[in-house]
Amino acid sequence: MAKRVLAVDDSKTMRDMVNFTLKNAGYEVIEAEDGLKALALAKAQSVDVILTDINMPNMDGISLVKELRAQPQYRSTPILILTTEGGDDKKAAGRAAGATGWIVKPFSPDKLIAVINKVCP
Amino acid sequence: MSNAASTSSDYSQFRQTFFAESAEMLADMESKLERLTAHGLDREELDAVFRCVHSIKAGAGMFNYARLVDFAHGFEALLDRMRDGRMQIDTTVANLIIRAADVLSELVSAAQSERAVPTDVGVAVSEELSHLLSLGLSTSGLESGSDGPETPPLRRVEIRFSPRPGLLRHANEPLLVIRELGGLGEMTTVCDTSRLPGLETIDVEETYFAWTFELTTEASDSTIGEVFEFVADDAEISLTTLETFSSEPDDMAEDEAFGLWLEPSEVPSATVEVSATQLDAGSQPLHPLAPMPTKSASLSSIRVDLFRVDRLVNMVGELVISQAMLRQELSQLTHKTIDGLEALDTLTRDLQDCVMAIRMQPVRSVFARMPRLVREVASKLGKHVRLTMIGEQTELDKTVIEELADPLTHMIRNSVDHGIEMPDTRLAKGKSAEGSITLSAAHVGSNILIHLEDDGAGLNRERLYNKAVEKGVIAEGTKLSDEEIVDLIFAPGFSTAAFVSDVSGRGVGMDVVRRNIMKIGGRIQVSSVEGKGTRFTLIIPLTLAVLDGMLISVGAEKYILPLTSIIESFRPLPSQIRVLAGGGRVAHIRGDYVRLIALNRLFDVDSAIDDPTKGLIVLTETADGTRIGIVVDELIGQQQVVIKSLQQNYTPVLGISGATILGDGNVALILDIEQLGEIKEQNA
Repeated sequence: MAKRVLAVDDSKTMRDMVNFTLKNAGYEVIEAEDGLKALALAKAQSVDVILTDINMPNMDGISLVKELRAQPQYRSTPILILTTEGGDDKKAAGRAAGATGWIVKPFSPDKLIAVINKVCP
Repeated sequence: MSNAASTSSDYSQFRQTFFAESAEMLADMESKLERLTAHGLDREELDAVFRCVHSIKAGAGMFNYARLVDFAHGFEALLDRMRDGRMQIDTTVANLIIRAADVLSELVSAAQSERAVPTDVGVAVSEELSHLLSLGLSTSGLESGSDGPETPPLRRVEIRFSPRPGLLRHANEPLLVIRELGGLGEMTTVCDTSRLPGLETIDVEETYFAWTFELTTEASDSTIGEVFEFVADDAEISLTTLETFSSEPDDMAEDEAFGLWLEPSEVPSATVEVSATQLDAGSQPLHPLAPMPTKSASLSSIRVDLFRVDRLVNMVGELVISQAMLRQELSQLTHKTIDGLEALDTLTRDLQDCVMAIRMQPVRSVFARMPRLVREVASKLGKHVRLTMIGEQTELDKTVIEELADPLTHMIRNSVDHGIEMPDTRLAKGKSAEGSITLSAAHVGSNILIHLEDDGAGLNRERLYNKAVEKGVIAEGTKLSDEEIVDLIFAPGFSTAAFVSDVSGRGVGMDVVRRNIMKIGGRIQVSSVEGKGTRFTLIIPLTLAVLDGMLISVGAEKYILPLTSIIESFRPLPSQIRVLAGGGRVAHIRGDYVRLIALNRLFDVDSAIDDPTKGLIVLTETADGTRIGIVVDELIGQQQVVIKSLQQNYTPVLGISGATILGDGNVALILDIEQLGEIKEQNA
């Protein structure tokens, strides 16, 4: 069965790109536009990998990572954060919150797939 | 490693989404920044503006818009400093932000239209940004790619990998890491199990194994480092080259898009792992600054291809028609059938309303541009103007909204330029130095009313009249009512010297404004009190998909006349009709001669009434004020019709703007008064 990726980003462009790329790579992709919605989705159905932006309304990516890690079923689910160049403080914050890894925007389709493959059990 | 070119080509299909989204965000940002100068921004607004710039930067990066990324980066940095309180908003900062938003918007539209931006655009703002941030922002963009040597030498390396418990807590999996490493070349693996305790003391979240790999690979240190990038902080890692099979220098190029959490050599003792433990305690509060959901109504929307909506609108139109046909056919049937039909009737109409509503958008998208416009024009002229906007949430058909932007922009420019006086003039007249312009929108029936009101100088009747005579718009000595004099500003060719200033310029007069408004089936009216101000009223139909029309008959044919263009209808006396030399006819109406157009002659309709004294004349007015009389057999009644394009399904016909299907299933052509007005006498 295809692994399910939850892509969280307030930008539709970004969600579309992630969705398109990962679907072509054989993943199932579900989307959320902010942390709150992502959390609700993740609670409602099981997700194998989470890919989240940081700056989002309602609940940002860092808080989402913390919230997810506090859920027993997501303690060991890979969570990747999307950062922009030079976002070292964001990476550190993401890591402190429990994120598994990070992807820098802009990314190429190959890179995105490679990183997801890298952490996907 | 894929390069920038493949990124942009693979994702180019998302460009349109990006620009649509950017436009939305920029409009939203603009409306927020509007309040910046007045009250500053609250945290939530500042966050929203930041996210907008951030998202544009991220998206632009995906498509390689280097200048856009670069500029957005500096802008974002400034906003970020404001967010974390390192920078306070004062007028300098506020102005810079507003100008930066302008530049951003310009760069976005340049990228969208794929035109080159002059190199000086945004340079001043960029410099001010970097000065303010006291950091050097590069002007080169994303060029810092990794173009290192292509083929590193083949070599044999030894890698030691000893995970710490944090690795598991971050949901990393050693097995995946080992698998990935093995993909880089030929590898032998030795696992050190000496730390594994007895089964009874084993802790599932502890790490006990360590590995030593011997890898024969062409991969560079950084490529190997990438394998460990997510686990470098949570493990002891070392890499030693045992043997190199080629003399080429090692490739140490860093891949900037994909570094390590930390370099393996400088792994600190577990400083960051503490928070993960705190997490387990479950006491992690929400991000204190994360705004809770409030009234983000705009977020709960979907973007639908306009084509689909149009099709839906069209199909519902068809449904309404077939339903009406059925109704007519079955009207002789029993009461029960009629009741059922009536219920269907109500439902169909509700459905039609719902579908129409899909195309509706708040006028906000157009209104939002106006405050900036007013501010810019006013500051250019040295005037003080306050713009008040009312009813921005009023909804209107998307197409109509788009058509509204230009006329409204022009009118507001005019108001600031010609309406509002200079501050000292105002003070001398006993007004406040600050002029006031009010822009309001409201629904009235199936129309929307837009008022644009200023408290400026008003229209000087004498000057208007003299200018009109001077420009040859009217003959000297023409008697005009007050209303007619004021209406002169809409006359073609009236644009006076004063009307073509630097600000209002471009030679576009109010006649063009009127024509644009008429084009979307609207009307424009003006009233003005000299010394007190001027008020323009736009009456705009809610949609272009349906039309309020008058059904008329000519012989066996039926036509629809747009209700907005009809002034009156009457049966003339024989003495009112004159036949001209070429065969054309005019009617003498209250001192004016009005050209008559006989539809039966124009469209070759048999057995129609040709003599207006036996039929009717419908007096209509075109956008430029020309009156023409349409000769018809009779008026059947007022009717709302669904417009079908003739152009799309057949071919354009002069004098016809479209067609509709009547309740009885017959087709009626919709007359285009503008075109009829231009048809010369020969046929009519």
